[in-house]
Amino acid sequence: MTAFTVTRSNRSSRSAMWVAVVLVIAAATIPFWAPEDNRSAWMREFVEIACYLVFALMWNLLAGYGGMVSIGQQAFFGFGGYAMLMLSNFAGINPFVAVPVAALCAGLIAVPVSFIAFRLQGGYFAIGTWVIAEVFRLSFANMSMVGGGSGTSLTAFNGISKGVREQTTFWMALAGMVAAVLLVYLFLRSKRGLALMAIRDNEVAAESQGIAVQRTKLAVYVVAGLGAGLAGAMYYLSNLRITPDAAFSVNWTAFAIFMVVIGGIGRIEGPIVGALIFWVLNKFFSDYGSWYLMGLGLLAIIVTIYFKQGLWGYTQQRWGWALFPTQRRLD
Amino acid sequence: MMDTLMQTLVQGVLLGGLYCLFALGLSLMYGVMRLTNTAQGDFILLGSFSAVACIAALNWLAPDSPWLPLLLSPLLLLIAFGVGFVLQRQVLNRVLGKDPLPSLVVTFGLSIVIQNLLLEFFSADPRSIETGGLNIASVQLPGGWAVGVLPLLVLGLALAATYGLQWMFDHTALGRSFRAVSDDLEIAQLMGLNAKRVYAYATGISFMLITVAGVLQGMRTTVSPSDGPMLLLFAFESVIIGGMGSFKGTLIGALLLGVTQQMGFLFDPGWGIWFGHSVFLLLLLVRPQGLFPKTVG
Amino acid sequence: MTALLQTQGLTAFYGDAQALFGIDFQVDQGEMVAIIGANGAGKSTFMKAVTGLVKVQPSHILWQGRAIGGLPAYEIVKRGIALVPEGRRLFPSLSVEENLLMGACAERTGVWNLSRVYQLFPILQEKRLQASTSLSGGQQQMVAIGRALMSNPALLLCDELSLGLAPIVIKEIYSAMPRICAEGMTVVMVEQDVSKAREVSSRLYCFQEGTVSLQGVSSTLTTEQISQAYFGLPDKQEAAQP
Repeated sequence: MTAFTVTRSNRSSRSAMWVAVVLVIAAATIPFWAPEDNRSAWMREFVEIACYLVFALMWNLLAGYGGMVSIGQQAFFGFGGYAMLMLSNFAGINPFVAVPVAALCAGLIAVPVSFIAFRLQGGYFAIGTWVIAEVFRLSFANMSMVGGGSGTSLTAFNGISKGVREQTTFWMALAGMVAAVLLVYLFLRSKRGLALMAIRDNEVAAESQGIAVQRTKLAVYVVAGLGAGLAGAMYYLSNLRITPDAAFSVNWTAFAIFMVVIGGIGRIEGPIVGALIFWVLNKFFSDYGSWYLMGLGLLAIIVTIYFKQGLWGYTQQRWGWALFPTQRRLD
Repeated sequence: MMDTLMQTLVQGVLLGGLYCLFALGLSLMYGVMRLTNTAQGDFILLGSFSAVACIAALNWLAPDSPWLPLLLSPLLLLIAFGVGFVLQRQVLNRVLGKDPLPSLVVTFGLSIVIQNLLLEFFSADPRSIETGGLNIASVQLPGGWAVGVLPLLVLGLALAATYGLQWMFDHTALGRSFRAVSDDLEIAQLMGLNAKRVYAYATGISFMLITVAGVLQGMRTTVSPSDGPMLLLFAFESVIIGGMGSFKGTLIGALLLGVTQQMGFLFDPGWGIWFGHSVFLLLLLVRPQGLFPKTVG
Repeated sequence: MTALLQTQGLTAFYGDAQALFGIDFQVDQGEMVAIIGANGAGKSTFMKAVTGLVKVQPSHILWQGRAIGGLPAYEIVKRGIALVPEGRRLFPSLSVEENLLMGACAERTGVWNLSRVYQLFPILQEKRLQASTSLSGGQQQMVAIGRALMSNPALLLCDELSLGLAPIVIKEIYSAMPRICAEGMTVVMVEQDVSKAREVSSRLYCFQEGTVSLQGVSSTLTTEQISQAYFGLPDKQEAAQP
């Protein structure tokens, strides 16, 4: 009788993990070794891409693993941004502290939002979340205390030097990004995570196995909202100026969809690969304005039709690479 | 007070007529093939701008006449059917299935492509379709109110389209095949129906409705390339309020949405659309199946 | 004389799970052949394979001598194979008459039309405008059969006609069979009811876990042979064929 062993990681994933650790440490020291005149720009760009990545990771968690495709996650992104700003400007809380608090607020508000959103399924759920995001946008656009439609600025930094602010923001973004990746990774490896994948594959069967489907879906929705709020709070920490049209713009979700689809949905590496591709494309082509966006849209369509697993998924299928092993192999 | 209320009601109903035309195509596509067309609003605008361009190009034939859009319409409708048919056959049919994500991503991608295409060719400036005064012409109703001729026309077309669609579903072979593939795709195919072709017909018809909506929207008000999402949300809300699976429900949902929005504008211009959205969400909370859902087995 | 329908080593998969492991089957013009077997034996999968609902290798299924395996369902019905599906599966949004009319989508010519079906099952004419779901189980079965006949098939496949029906209703349904076969219709029926299967068919096949465990002339097979083949028990006595 042969014995089976259940393994999770393989050699490539273990070595990749060490590479990732080295990269993170290297990134953390950028403020010290980056060239003087570029330092500020590098850090700001890094923060921006970190926010995109966190948002995309959370969208991937919700859609790829949770099976809930939302076009309204920007509601939590903007909410996180505004919450951070209001906590800092009006409640006198240190903006760096306000970021995680704002993320928590976003997670909390996801609960009542889910009562409405979960009334719908599939494609109509997606548009319903968009309606909710619009309500968020219009609500904040009508709030004069945050500047209404023209938005407002983060004033709580007025005593702190630019250098210190930028450095701390940078490290905060790096920490946030690592935290988000770890959060998603550990969640998916946990029992809840397996439950989630079971639900994604077959909801009825999962329920018959005793999995609390509704509670698991709510948990994912809240985590995704929290993560989106974190991304929003971090983004406006760096950006300093917030407007409702930008904070609640559907473009955030559009970019997240693009990153996840190109990279590969339902895999953790997917959004990371997608974010890198997106950053590269942005660097070279964003000057082309509308044509660039059209290109992104077409690319997403082509990948969806012909490369259903995304580019990372494609490589995983062909060469078996896995950086974040969440599957268990039977040997 | 009563007067203003009645006026608002009438305006709301007339607006709802337009929303109904926005929504019928969405309702049809979802009903037949469970496809959510997130590019609905953008395709409507594509219709508006195509009409703008055609009329601008052919304006020398009959300068500023309201007849030009009317004469162009059959041609535009034919082209629209073709576009929808080909789109479904070549693109959308490939992403249909149990998983809603691929079709959502593709239609969302189309939405972005169309928005930016329109932006490139027409710039962000709002445009409108020359109606030679039709859009301000009004007619006197008994009771002393004046209502616009164009909004009445829109409402009339909405009613015609709704009842026409329902009649087509109930009394034609094509309508039968729509209902069959919607009920049970596998068995429908066993009967000899080529689902891919049936779907293409559905999308073709949807696009005809979309074009009508687009042309009327362009005549009624100005359109700009970024309006798409807003139109989609109005269409979507109309479908959900009315209840899925019923064209008459979509009509009622659209009328209710129009009235609700107008009421909201009455209170405060800034909150008009917010009010419409919020009432929709409230309805979702208390009666998610809509007002007149069709019980399909 | 080539068989009307023939399968050679037919295999079928649902994703990675194999359901049919090499079925050799044949039915000639005018025959009535029965397929019996326990749940999960592969009978319905076989029906789905023949009608194009499950993808198979082209050469595994021969219709009138030509390979049709893997063709889409709407193509196969146009060539003359119609299915009365397991569980009836009428269209809930359509009335009785509309359900019958759907059968004519295949646009084949032949003796069967609406009035002929109403002659066969008069009760359906009475209820023609009613929603198909408002009919009793037996009446729904009649609609399902009528719907299949409307495509004027050369081969009629019946999947579990007696499922969920009372004995008296089953009798009524089966009494229509002679009239259906009178024009030369070939019938293959999957039946849970073994005695009924033996009664109406000239030959029968027994499926067991995706393979053919027994085949032969219905009247000569013994109950013991059938039980063993049905349940997959090892042979204690001499094997099946005459």
